[in-house]
Amino acid sequence: MTEPLLRLSGLEPFVLTRDIPFVNVGERTNVTGSAKFRKLITNRDYATALDVARDQVENGAQIIDVNMDEGLIDSKQAMVEFLNLVAAEPDIARVPVMIDSSKWEVIEAGLQCVQGKSVVNSISLKEGEEAFRHHAGLCLAYGAAVVVMAFDESGQADTFARKTEICARAYRILTEEVGFPPEDIIFDPNVFAVATGIEEHDNYGVDFIEATRWIRANLPHCHVSGGVSNLSFSFRGNEPVREAMHAVFLYHAIMAGMDMGIVNAGQLAVYDQIDPELRDACEDVVLNRAPANGATATENLLDIAERYRGAGREEKKRDLAWREWPVEKRLEHALVNGITEFVEEDTEAARLAADKPLDVIEGPLMAGMNVVGDLFGDGKMFLPQVVKSARVMKQAVAVLLPYMEAEKEGQRESAGRVLMATVKGDVHDIGKNIVGVVLACNNYEIIDLGVMVPPQKILEEARAQDVDIIGLSGLITPSLDEMVHLASELEREDFDVPLLIGGATTSKVHTAVKIAPAYNKSQAIYVTDASRAVGVVSALLSKTQKQPYIEGIRTEYSEVAERHERAERAKQRLPLAAARANAFQVDWGSYTATEPGFTGAKVIDGWDLAEIARFIDWTPFFQTWELKGVYPRILDHEKYGEAARSLFADAQEMLARIIDEKWFAPRAVIGFWPANSIGDDIRLFADKDRSAPLATLHTLRQQTSKRKDSPNLALSDFVAPEGVPDWVGGFVVTAGPEEIAIAERFEKAGDDYGAIMVKALADRFAEAMAEMLHQQVRRDHWGYAPEESFGPQELIAEPYDGIRPAPGYPAQPDHTEKRRLFELLEAEASTGVTLTESMAMWPGSSVSGLYIGHPDAYYFGVAKVERDQVVDYADRKGMEVSEVERWLAPVLNYRPSATAGIAAE
Amino acid sequence: MGVFSTKGAQYDRTGMINFSLSTSDSFKAIAAAARDRILILDGAMGTMIQTLNMTEEDFTGGGHIHGPGCRHHPSDHPQKGNNDLLVLTQPQAVEDIQLEFALAGADILETNTFSSTTIAQADYGLESAVHDLNVAGAQVARRAADRAEAIDGRPRYVAGAVGPTNRTASISPDVNDPGYRAVSFDDLRMAYGQQIDGLIAGGSDLILIETIFDTLNAKAAIFAAFESFAKVGKRLPIMISGTITDASGRTLSGQTPTAFWHSVQHARPFTVGLNCALGADAMRPHLAELSGVAETRICAYPNAGLPNAFGQYDETPDETAALVEVFAREGLINVAGGCCGTTPDHIRAIADHVAKYPPRTVKGDTQ
Repeated sequence: MTEPLLRLSGLEPFVLTRDIPFVNVGERTNVTGSAKFRKLITNRDYATALDVARDQVENGAQIIDVNMDEGLIDSKQAMVEFLNLVAAEPDIARVPVMIDSSKWEVIEAGLQCVQGKSVVNSISLKEGEEAFRHHAGLCLAYGAAVVVMAFDESGQADTFARKTEICARAYRILTEEVGFPPEDIIFDPNVFAVATGIEEHDNYGVDFIEATRWIRANLPHCHVSGGVSNLSFSFRGNEPVREAMHAVFLYHAIMAGMDMGIVNAGQLAVYDQIDPELRDACEDVVLNRAPANGATATENLLDIAERYRGAGREEKKRDLAWREWPVEKRLEHALVNGITEFVEEDTEAARLAADKPLDVIEGPLMAGMNVVGDLFGDGKMFLPQVVKSARVMKQAVAVLLPYMEAEKEGQRESAGRVLMATVKGDVHDIGKNIVGVVLACNNYEIIDLGVMVPPQKILEEARAQDVDIIGLSGLITPSLDEMVHLASELEREDFDVPLLIGGATTSKVHTAVKIAPAYNKSQAIYVTDASRAVGVVSALLSKTQKQPYIEGIRTEYSEVAERHERAERAKQRLPLAAARANAFQVDWGSYTATEPGFTGAKVIDGWDLAEIARFIDWTPFFQTWELKGVYPRILDHEKYGEAARSLFADAQEMLARIIDEKWFAPRAVIGFWPANSIGDDIRLFADKDRSAPLATLHTLRQQTSKRKDSPNLALSDFVAPEGVPDWVGGFVVTAGPEEIAIAERFEKAGDDYGAIMVKALADRFAEAMAEMLHQQVRRDHWGYAPEESFGPQELIAEPYDGIRPAPGYPAQPDHTEKRRLFELLEAEASTGVTLTESMAMWPGSSVSGLYIGHPDAYYFGVAKVERDQVVDYADRKGMEVSEVERWLAPVLNYRPSATAGIAAE
Repeated sequence: MGVFSTKGAQYDRTGMINFSLSTSDSFKAIAAAARDRILILDGAMGTMIQTLNMTEEDFTGGGHIHGPGCRHHPSDHPQKGNNDLLVLTQPQAVEDIQLEFALAGADILETNTFSSTTIAQADYGLESAVHDLNVAGAQVARRAADRAEAIDGRPRYVAGAVGPTNRTASISPDVNDPGYRAVSFDDLRMAYGQQIDGLIAGGSDLILIETIFDTLNAKAAIFAAFESFAKVGKRLPIMISGTITDASGRTLSGQTPTAFWHSVQHARPFTVGLNCALGADAMRPHLAELSGVAETRICAYPNAGLPNAFGQYDETPDETAALVEVFAREGLINVAGGCCGTTPDHIRAIADHVAKYPPRTVKGDTQ
């Protein structure tokens, strides 16, 4: 018979086969492990809590751990409610659940909600054999696998002897008395802190690893799991050292047979890439080895620990054996691996050997690019690698071009001509540039009109250049309307070329519901990401595929539109008055807001680029390059790892130059004002007595019909009403406009990779500045959390009090609120950041927002609003209803035109 | 040893669960027969009853519904269409249909108890009759089985049929409130427990949990079966049959066939398989998937094709049988039968068509 394997399921099966060395259990839906999740659950914000679960699954969690053990919430109720809601989300429910609680009744309530085969975490011999058998039998009757803690009547096992003795006893009871399948047993032999300075703790790492080895060798078919973060408890605050300790520990524990674990995947170094000195010191501690220098392992690690705060990674040795290959193979190798170093000499060699320069392009270069295209198509190469290949190709072509012009050779036939533009009022172009490069790699001719392109120019160029396809990009919500407008212009002017839609704010639903119906003479098509672009464009330019492809899209979009319509009709919205009656309640009586150190606006200068870099959240950087996963775990990803490591190395290299050569000149301004909420608005005052109103910030309220005691939020709910002193702040930060000129220089040198890289890094700098500045605000400028000590990478999980919501984003979808913020801060004068007609910030690498300090404040989405609120809001803001409707178009829950008649009455 | 109480303060569990019970007497006989050949399960009861054109009067047996021992079950609901009730009011008609299936070649006869739970009978106001419906349902099928054996000497087995009820434990009926549930696991567990107790008391040889569109309902039925087995001190073979509702290849509650198998594997079922919803043709890929992963016997009983515009099934006996034969030829099945629209002629044809093929080899056939 085949070896029995652990088989779990959500909507889809999961089998722990021998090919899977280690199952990482997602831990972010655990209230004891995630402050953010705890906040969401205590606030009953289940919609956002589901997003946390969804992100986790999208980032590759094979199992999600759900834990609701928190003193202030009804854990059983929360477990049931959350699991029932998860069951309604197929993209989350596809993976199995680990039902995690120290209370059996919570576990059992959870088991009654899941149709799949889940894992119970945990049961143990703590309360004796009878309770253990009882719980194990119920797990079997409910059809769940089980984590068994090495815990018995006399306590938690710490030594090898105790761990193995308890696990062996539990195994015997489970398999021989209860009839539990051994493959469904997962032992947790307890990870304890090492390097604590207490000698008895020194061997805890070894005890775990050796117990793991013994369990896997002596208790057939079972598994070993553990919570790794305990190990490095004594190095709290020094993330690089903690990461290194975890990586070293896991490396040895996995080799010993640990095949599952609850690991903070966002904080894991790659064993091979740890500095050898640090790795040795960690290894001495984890493996309890006596160091050569006579000191203790703990002392040694403590000695060097300080040096590794925020340390970088090492580069690999280069292998130049390929330089001996024939020139065609060398070019292919350079293309596939994105190496520009030798491309000029190799291209020159190929040219000398060829009859004419064009043969080099159509021969070895195109052959190499075909290899790249195939590897990309098969999912064996990833976006950053392809962009690097394109750079090699461009530089090779640049070598040949002078000879071709001299010989007056005919131009190459391109596969088709694609016009690309970021629409009027929008400045973001990284995604568009990536799509352009990928298409160019596939022999399409790209006409890139850049950013902030007026519709008339797009139409003129499209006609003049006789393009085959038009691609539009946009990042902010007003760009959606621009795209609809452009689609109707194409219709009016009798165009019949397909229109591609892409960018962060665009979606299939919006394209199907709003853009496609405006352009019937051809078809608007939403393109999820750059990797899809080639397939879409080649289908659209193929004589045979075009018609069926477009018809398929039409059918799909009409279904999407119908489904959307149905879903929208089904959603109940509350009248504004009812939503206001269900506002978020803060006990203002017991709250005293901290007075900021100053009021009014203040320029913050003296930015240190190296310091900002420590605050960079790298996960979105990898997303920009379509490498989806959490940093730093992505560096070790089975599929993307290699591409991610190489991209990260390139990024680090450019980052070092940015810092050393001071490429960017960051600027920032912040301000604080006495403030009170007045209904759904926030009034700012010029003076402390709050007698001289200065300005009003308007906010929008959720009108979704909420479950039970969940509130209908507006940002004003988090600000104290009149009579209670409170303050609100604001900020604008920018990495500066320098990136634009630098990116152009790269482009001119045929280096699109560098151009995209510098923009992506500038974006990261702006976000990191916002994060860093927010911490300074909490500690000093506003000063409501002077003791806060989160390290830069810890801030990513937003464990701190207070929020910095940005106009135009979910908590306040109205971009025009930026105007008031910019006026108050005099931001244009002090930072050089300006607002476009669509309220996009120029330069693109800029971030703005409000500061709200109340500890209960959290991020939410306003979602759709009704006409009653829009009318009220327009009145408060002194704007025309139709103008508000234009700005809020993406969040209106009604068709403005349908009610226009009423408005006119 | 191995016995523990599931009595808990918050649940009115009365049963004890024991995972080391010995198997029932007929278990070994059925397992032995299944090693020799593909066993045949009977066809549709509902469509056969329809052809009898019974009136309200027929359904209520003249106005009074009595269980064995003359227990009277009053109800003011109309009963026409409550097919399960016929085991009390028209037992001979039900027995005759089952005998027909048996003589057509069925080895396993399903009891006419698909909806005999308090949850499903609530629609007819007959919650109080549930125990009697299941006992009588098993007894009627037992009589048909015994008559058939007396005629041709071949043993027949009675499978106590447990349907899905009309509620779902993991899907909200309210689109605006996805966290809401119209029925809880414990409601289902208790209702199924009462049904399975009755089916065993009436003489069932197997328990057939069928037409599963929400796996959580099936898990409640499995839990209940464990409790019922503990009460009688014997483990009956359990047959588990899911339903793939459409071309998505998933159950209504969204599981793939393999995920479904992982969810019910702990029942150590005698068979796992698929029935209803799709015709044999559309069922094949999903059955093949299940057959590839499940380390137990596979059972398939499709509808006679898809219903036409009038809700009737048009596939002829030979058409259905030819499609089921493909399952047998490809070595996918151990038990075959029919669901909606299959008549004794369909079952006869299926039995004929699969007779020449050996049953699928079962990995780890130790039960």
